[in-house]
Amino acid sequence: MSTQHVALTVNGEAREADVEPRFLLVHLLRDVFGLTGTHIGCDTSNCGACTVHVDGESVKSCTMLAVQADGAEIRTIEGMADGAALHPLQQAFWDQHGLQCGFCTPGMIMQAAWLLDQNPTPSEHEIREGISGNLCRCTGYVNIVKAIQQASGQLETGESAPVEAAETIEAAPAS
Amino acid sequence: MTTEQLQTTPEVGGMGHSVKRKEDPRFIRGKGEYIDDLVLPGMLWLDIVRSPYAHAKIKGIDSSEALKVPGVAAVVTGKDLEGYKLHWMPTLAGDMQMVLPTDTVMYQSQEVAAVIATSRYAAADGVAAVLVDYEPLPVVVDPFKALEEGAPVLRPDRAADKQTNHIWHWESGDKAKADAALASAEVTIAEDIYIPRIHVASIETCGCVADWDPVREQLTLHMTSQAPHAIRTVLALVAAGAGLPISEQNIRVKTHDIGGGFGGKVPVYPGYVLAVAASFLIGKPVKWIEDRSENLQADSFARDYHIHAELGATNEGKITGLKVKTIADHGYTDAAADPSKFPAGLFNVITGSYDFPNAFVEVDGVYTNKPPGGVAYRCSFRVTEAVHAIERMVDILAHEIGKDPAQLRMENFIQPEQFPYKTPTGWEYDSGNYPAALQKAMEIIGYDDLRREQAEKRERGELMGIGISSFTEIVGAGPSHTFDILGLKMFDSCEIRVHPTGKVLARIGVQTQGQGHETTFAQIIAEELGFPVQDIKIEYGDTDTAPYGLGTYASRSTPVAGAATAMASRKIKDKARKLAAHLLEASEDDLEWTNGKFSVKGSPDRSKTIQEIAFAAYTNHPQGMEAGLEAVDYYDPPNLTFPFGSYICVVDIDKGTGQVSVRRFVAVDDCGNIINPMIVDGQIHGGLTMGLAPALYESITYDENGTNLAGTFMDYLLPTALETPAWEVAKTVTPSPHHPIGAKGVGESATVGAPPAIANAVVDALWHLGVRNIDIPITPQKVWRILREKGVTA
Amino acid sequence: MIPAPFDYVRPADLDEALRILTEREGEAKLLAGGYSLIPLLKLRLAQPGLLVDLRDVAGLDGILWTDDSLRIGGRVTHRRIRDDEGIAARMAVFHDAAGLIGDPQVRNRGTIGGSCAHADPSSDWPAVLCATRATIVCRSAAGSRSVAARQFFLGTFQTAIEPTEVLVEIAVPLPKGRAGSAYRKLERRAGDFATVGVAVQLRLGDDGRIAEAGVGLTAVGEAPFAATDAEAALTGAEPGEAAFQAAGEAAAAQSDPADDSHGPADYKRAMVAEMTVRALRAAAERSTTPQGGPQ
Repeated sequence: MSTQHVALTVNGEAREADVEPRFLLVHLLRDVFGLTGTHIGCDTSNCGACTVHVDGESVKSCTMLAVQADGAEIRTIEGMADGAALHPLQQAFWDQHGLQCGFCTPGMIMQAAWLLDQNPTPSEHEIREGISGNLCRCTGYVNIVKAIQQASGQLETGESAPVEAAETIEAAPAS
Repeated sequence: MTTEQLQTTPEVGGMGHSVKRKEDPRFIRGKGEYIDDLVLPGMLWLDIVRSPYAHAKIKGIDSSEALKVPGVAAVVTGKDLEGYKLHWMPTLAGDMQMVLPTDTVMYQSQEVAAVIATSRYAAADGVAAVLVDYEPLPVVVDPFKALEEGAPVLRPDRAADKQTNHIWHWESGDKAKADAALASAEVTIAEDIYIPRIHVASIETCGCVADWDPVREQLTLHMTSQAPHAIRTVLALVAAGAGLPISEQNIRVKTHDIGGGFGGKVPVYPGYVLAVAASFLIGKPVKWIEDRSENLQADSFARDYHIHAELGATNEGKITGLKVKTIADHGYTDAAADPSKFPAGLFNVITGSYDFPNAFVEVDGVYTNKPPGGVAYRCSFRVTEAVHAIERMVDILAHEIGKDPAQLRMENFIQPEQFPYKTPTGWEYDSGNYPAALQKAMEIIGYDDLRREQAEKRERGELMGIGISSFTEIVGAGPSHTFDILGLKMFDSCEIRVHPTGKVLARIGVQTQGQGHETTFAQIIAEELGFPVQDIKIEYGDTDTAPYGLGTYASRSTPVAGAATAMASRKIKDKARKLAAHLLEASEDDLEWTNGKFSVKGSPDRSKTIQEIAFAAYTNHPQGMEAGLEAVDYYDPPNLTFPFGSYICVVDIDKGTGQVSVRRFVAVDDCGNIINPMIVDGQIHGGLTMGLAPALYESITYDENGTNLAGTFMDYLLPTALETPAWEVAKTVTPSPHHPIGAKGVGESATVGAPPAIANAVVDALWHLGVRNIDIPITPQKVWRILREKGVTA
Repeated sequence: MIPAPFDYVRPADLDEALRILTEREGEAKLLAGGYSLIPLLKLRLAQPGLLVDLRDVAGLDGILWTDDSLRIGGRVTHRRIRDDEGIAARMAVFHDAAGLIGDPQVRNRGTIGGSCAHADPSSDWPAVLCATRATIVCRSAAGSRSVAARQFFLGTFQTAIEPTEVLVEIAVPLPKGRAGSAYRKLERRAGDFATVGVAVQLRLGDDGRIAEAGVGLTAVGEAPFAATDAEAALTGAEPGEAAFQAAGEAAAAQSDPADDSHGPADYKRAMVAEMTVRALRAAAERSTTPQGGPQ
């Protein structure tokens, strides 16, 4: 099977590989370049766990061939932090408990980053619409929305993840 | 506990603090280690040929073309495994399942052959090149038809006196008393309720890397497993049965980060066994990762209960009795991960939150040509099914007699002073305050205003509904006198070791898949011993090092392993007290413990911090005492725990399209003492979403040929952020009296409680049109058809 | 999940692309965004011998206005159409549809030309093109031809385009005077293919009556089509509930939906009527200003 040469930039670094035309971009990133932060969660382009940026646009990398990315600038979750300094979205997801198992999280953060690039102060509806191509099974999206609100400076300071004051109900007999 | 009752500082981070999760740094950077991230030298890939037919004879398997595909190393069929007696193996329910068939396939997408190749892509090409000659057989998809005379016997491998599709019969309660109560009831409600198959569909699918080292004769199985120790023991038994030289001390099951489990990563799927067999035969690591279609079409499903329920009550709505008969569709084999005495799980908790003395529950398991199961998909062993049924029945009763559903519940609740409460099916509920939870939910949502609004809207022909679900959950399996899985008792464990510099390593027998154990279990230790959470490392999932446990599912981690963690901490504290007495030259009775240190009563300056004590354990222990500071506890819970809650849902129905829109949803949960409020809320948000999904969107259905009609995410509809409401959550706190830290577990409460709240809301909106019940998922077309039949137009 | 093997070329210009399509006719498949084709390749439902990537071919990305038409290049993405302010103001039906196709990531890369050439019987653009009486410009080595959208979508995944042609542009006539348009899509969940999709365009005469109507339907037949009976019911009528209901009934009667995972046929048929009425209400409201804008 003949291969094609692809040369691209990933998180600022020049990378290249010889790949079959059918080789998916997500496999290039994960299996060839070892950037396993981008995940695969489905086979019908629904779940968004594989979302990365290609030339500044968010893209489902499972639905793109590596050869289509020849010459492109790719950004993955591994390229979001600046050394030890987390990207505001990464920090916000942590602060707001916007992740549980973490599997959808890289794709979610990449999509949120693109969203905020397009729309720096989205409304709650715009946030939900913006991540409607990213499925999460763990969080119910509530804290993901809050994380994106925090990262876009729209969460009031001091407000962290929802903590309802719990009360002990006196009637309960303790033994 | 309230903020006023926090016993530790935020820096220590004990119970009640919303400590930010310790596991997050790797996930937010994309540095989680999931199974498909693992690459071992020389690793091969395994992919699986699957049957397009739900029931068929295999006339022949031709691997010749597949073996010519560059990179394909081997093709394994059932006949190959038969030589090792590996073609069938036990299920966790004590039934038998095929690893690969030798002559007959039993469900669409069943594994038929395995291809092992040098790359992911070559393995896929190999699969596409394997030619299988099938002879289709009559398909049985209806469990009622499966029980009829003359139905094809799907499991001829069973004993001669079990040549039927009936798997087992299970009953609970007192039939005579229940019959009498129903017969004499002033009001009887009878209803058929079907809860369809659904699928856990965690975003990460299942997979493993099996690594047999032929030199050391050791098997390392890296695996997505919610119960690694149980898997190790099962593998050891299967290997022994097959005469393979793989014994338990040489098996290491190692989990990595798991991208969601929800019960789906408990069973032993053929893919895992095939990878182990392939690695053993070839002597190289073998990776198996299923894709989403395989996951949805072949892995264990949840639910699929056909329930017939009868509820008896007085004219005023006081419940007097309950009878339930259920047909449980298990697919072609009972692969349910239920405790062995409970083939229908804890379904007999179906008497719910209500005080009445007469109940009888019977369940019959049935084989059909569908994938096997069912798992505890965030349902605590069939509790979702039970709660859905009782909450629907109670709502129908209320509407039937014209009483407000909240009022009816209040009048029937087990009252706080009645706890511990023995139900007619034998459970002893530990504690609860159901009226307080419902009252709180009603206040938050503005229940009376909503009923007024509903009345006004109804005058104008607008359809709005309010639904309540007041559920009692039953988790923390379980006491050894009653609970085991394949004979393994359901204790759980924690082993704690304190290092000289006052840092802690603790290993637990449960397995997080996103629940935040690295944080919450550290918080338990922080609470007990005063070490800051940041100084405590929690490990799990490596069967070589973690103490034996039965894993995480059915919300058992906090109730069982959490208790073990507290008890192990207290053993350490006992020794610490002795060390402190030695260091302070005082008697143990003269010491008091506050804020992470022991001090002499009346002389607070004479104190030793837990860190100083830890150091002393290695440098200055008294003669006659063993050095070191560690403890292990295997906790056998005295009872289950019973989280509960009241949920209220408001829906609006679009008369033109039948679409149901959830306007508001208030969830008041009580899981006893709360370790980390932020994490508990996260569990509830996620659980509610997994309750919304089957209520309105998700179901797995089959046509008459046994073809799965929802086999990809195009048709198996997970809610996105747009479908999911902004959940409103609140708490009451009723500690468990028997649990060392008063906690109850919460992971599945919301998935259990939410669907009936939504279903009740929709039926409430339509009751005045003569609607009594709508089975979930409540799709727009179902509602539209009802509206059309009732003559309602947009 | 893994496609079968295929060859791949990336022509530098349209002429080269056309030459390859002719040389490798029968095994060549065009690749634009890939969001229709690559999912099929991954499930091995399509196994072309050669993928021809249009990525480097210039001249396919324009959004141009002439006095009497809107011309959209075949490789314009759904997102660019969605974000285009001129289209939102003057051709709202395109704005509506663009925001409802797939999800944000799909909209970033999926193209209108790719979507139309693929012709999924439930896709959104064909209904819009039928309603607006657009024409589809196909280029071959021999030259260009325009095919009316209403004659372009022939069957399930079947169009009038030849295997040796590239869909280069969509030309949409601009209605003169007061006009409004809208697309309404019933879907089971965000990002879904339509259960029922209805695109409408109304042009009002000076007397305020409907001078011309376009009604395009998708997901309720072998191919998307223009509901000509609904159009006839609207032509000459006062825009209002009576006319809209009649049009909805007519559109439903002309539909031939199948029972499938999106719903039973009778439900879909009823939803054609319902969504047609909703689309018409929106289009009528938008037509109160000349070349009516979005809500």
